Amino acid sequence: MADGIRDKVVVLGMGCSVFGERWEDDASDLLLEAYQECITDAGIEKRDIQAAWIGNHIDEVSIGKGGCYLANTLHLPFIPVTRVENFCASGTEAFRGACYAVASGAYDIVLAAGVEKLKDVGYGGLPDSPVFGQLYRMLSPNATAPGMFALLATPYAARYNVPMEKIKEAITHISWKSHQNGAKNPRAHLRKEISETQIADSPFVAYPLGLFDCCGVSDGSAMAIVTTPEIAAKLKPNQDLVRVKALQIAVSSGEELLYNRWDGSELMTTRHAAKLAYEEAGIVNPREEIGMIEAHDCFSITEMVTMEDLLLSPPGQAPDDILNGFYDLDGQIPCQPDGGLKCFGHPIGASGLRMIYEIYNQLLRRWPEERLVKNPKLGLTHNLGGVPSQNVCSISILGLD
Amino acid sequence: MIGICSYAGYIPRYRLNRMTIFSAMGWLNPATIMNAAGDKAVANYDEDSITMAVAAGAKCLHGFDHSEIDALYFATTSAPFKERQNANLIAGALNCGEEIRTADFGGSTKSGTAALLASLEFISAGSGRKAITCAADHRLGRVGSVQEMVFADGGAAVIVGSENVIAEFKGSYSLSCDFVDHLRGANSRYDRQWEERWIRDMGYEKFIPQTVENICKKYGLDISDVSRIIYPCYYGGARKTINRKLGLQPAQIQDELMMDVGDTGSSHPLLMLGKALEDAVPGDKLIMVSYGYGCDALYFEVTDKINHYKDRLRVTDSINKQIELDNFYKYLTWRDMLPVEVGLRGEEERLTRWSLVWRNRKAIVSLQGTRCLECSTQQYPPQRVCVNPDCGAVDRMEPVSLADKGGKIVSFTSDMLAATTNPPAIYGNIDFNGGGRCLMDFTDCTMDELQVGKPVDFTFRIKYIDSKRDTTFYFWKAVPSEEVPANG
Repeated sequence: MADGIRDKVVVLGMGCSVFGERWEDDASDLLLEAYQECITDAGIEKRDIQAAWIGNHIDEVSIGKGGCYLANTLHLPFIPVTRVENFCASGTEAFRGACYAVASGAYDIVLAAGVEKLKDVGYGGLPDSPVFGQLYRMLSPNATAPGMFALLATPYAARYNVPMEKIKEAITHISWKSHQNGAKNPRAHLRKEISETQIADSPFVAYPLGLFDCCGVSDGSAMAIVTTPEIAAKLKPNQDLVRVKALQIAVSSGEELLYNRWDGSELMTTRHAAKLAYEEAGIVNPREEIGMIEAHDCFSITEMVTMEDLLLSPPGQAPDDILNGFYDLDGQIPCQPDGGLKCFGHPIGASGLRMIYEIYNQLLRRWPEERLVKNPKLGLTHNLGGVPSQNVCSISILGLD
Repeated sequence: MIGICSYAGYIPRYRLNRMTIFSAMGWLNPATIMNAAGDKAVANYDEDSITMAVAAGAKCLHGFDHSEIDALYFATTSAPFKERQNANLIAGALNCGEEIRTADFGGSTKSGTAALLASLEFISAGSGRKAITCAADHRLGRVGSVQEMVFADGGAAVIVGSENVIAEFKGSYSLSCDFVDHLRGANSRYDRQWEERWIRDMGYEKFIPQTVENICKKYGLDISDVSRIIYPCYYGGARKTINRKLGLQPAQIQDELMMDVGDTGSSHPLLMLGKALEDAVPGDKLIMVSYGYGCDALYFEVTDKINHYKDRLRVTDSINKQIELDNFYKYLTWRDMLPVEVGLRGEEERLTRWSLVWRNRKAIVSLQGTRCLECSTQQYPPQRVCVNPDCGAVDRMEPVSLADKGGKIVSFTSDMLAATTNPPAIYGNIDFNGGGRCLMDFTDCTMDELQVGKPVDFTFRIKYIDSKRDTTFYFWKAVPSEEVPANG
């Protein structure tokens, strides 16, 4: 009987590039930047890596298909390298592949990488591509990511009878909080504190979202090296070790897209993945037991509904929790302590690993005092890739030994 | 008895005031002031002659069994395709099935009456049960031209058959000659005309009276027996001369809709006929004349069945729904007459994969979904595995037509980032009445008109234009349903 991933894998080392508009750098430069930090942190040599996974979403403007790009960049010596793509969960998918490889006993030490080079697209936002296949390109509006996620707002308002003004207030606070956190982070893309008025008054992108409700479109890379608890204890004796407590992926079944039961105000995948992740990690009351989260705040409205989908805020109460500072850095469950997708930036394939990188460093108390989460306990990362009506959700939970 | 069973008109909701055009372009050709009165109907950015023909056809078919249509003729001088039969696409969007005769009529603004005559002859030859003629036009005049002032966008449709005939077809007369008052070469977008005085004096003022006189003579009619003489002519002075020449009383004159609509080309005589039928009484004799390198005249006599014909305001209600387009540049942009910046996002590839379109034609063109034979769940696009999580039956589906089912809004947004020549792009999820769901564009509305739960109808529109390959691609969009007055 399968018993999940809990405590079977240790994160031995991590690295993360500076995120941003890296006009002077190729994807290979970003990968190398993350790799050098990661391999140093892990305290191993390149030859110790037995297999690698790389997450990347928009291959057509950066690394192409297959695993060759990573192998060529680092000159990995003929080891298996697998490129994975699962929308914004691609980075977490790479991490999951690496963890499963170790947990299965097939390998001892495995690399998980994520990278995205977006700033060669030629225009703002994500490039148009037929991500749901050619038929849906014929059937669906010529929509954009902000528009698709903005579609959460009107049904949420209708379901809980919340005025749009209050939703706007809550999502404004979300972006304000992420800017506060991101401003303190030297690797973040957007490092400016901005006022709630500036956020609320920013030009509309997709109703009710304004410019400051949208995350940064960034270049970046993040990486992890994972191993077994036994090897980790040998390589890093007497050190705190970060263990994987849960890893879950849920993919839309078509129910949201086609069946009339879903009302459009929540992410069904997040609810499924969260339930399974809490079970896997042995968490009974997430609101009390989770110490910090890195949620997929591609848009502020996504973060808002996610607080309920992760079963942290009661139904219809996310706006109140948000406005009460529950998710601020000094709140009960700090959300996006590193600035989140909003300010750290969102190089799609790297984002999952960037979130794990933040949780990992928070758990190991490596950040300066002003950025530290007070009582980190267990940390959760959440990715939501695709659009609300068809998407991939990944959740990881990490904790100290 | 053979004749008209149903009629409808479709006028797009935008109106461009002719003084808006004159204010922008009158400096170039001040004489266009002569045509600058009233409004002209202007298609939305996502409409063309095919979509307007479908819109008119759908209204005309309301209450009729679509499978009884054995022929569909499309008439236009502004067909989006020279090859790829336009009528097939219309028949598909109208869910008329594939066992149907289709043909495109064009080349002249009398193609509307040519198609209608062909459909009447199709019925009288016993070739089928019912035939529908869908006519629509979307013609362009050069910026600053008279044609820009008078040409309008719109469509009309007529169903003919041998049962429940509301206007019996009594006969016709045709006059055809190469009188080149205007022309458009195979590679031209814009109409080119000869001197207006010649068109007026030697064209309209000669051909129309001659045609009316000859059809009366052919069928032994005295002009005073005719209740309405229906003919297009956008020269006000010429209309007066023609009416005087024919000795028409005011009650016999059918308004040519120039002030509210303009000249809708091939569809215009049919549109005017529909307007005449709205207030016709049994026994009325109607003569409809088209104009374009000669004339066709058709003679109808209204039957008592007209008293039972529903929705008699099928032209007027469409004309009455209007909103001003107050920006001349918007009009030019929508017609691709200005080199506008669409942004790099707007330059992305739009290759149409025809083999895929063929496999999925029922979903794309006909808006058909499936209904599960096991659990009755209606779903869109067609599924082989039932989406109901408690069912999941495989290959137990029957087709279901959703185009006329209507639906409700689940969610909506307006997107300033999406590439469109009509920003913001408004879209959202809709639930079809009876089940099934689709993420759709909204059209012919503003954000203020939308609300979660509000009813919508579906309209066949342009989805994208691939200008590199000269291809227009169509799909369905949602439009907020017209308000039904509470006391109905």
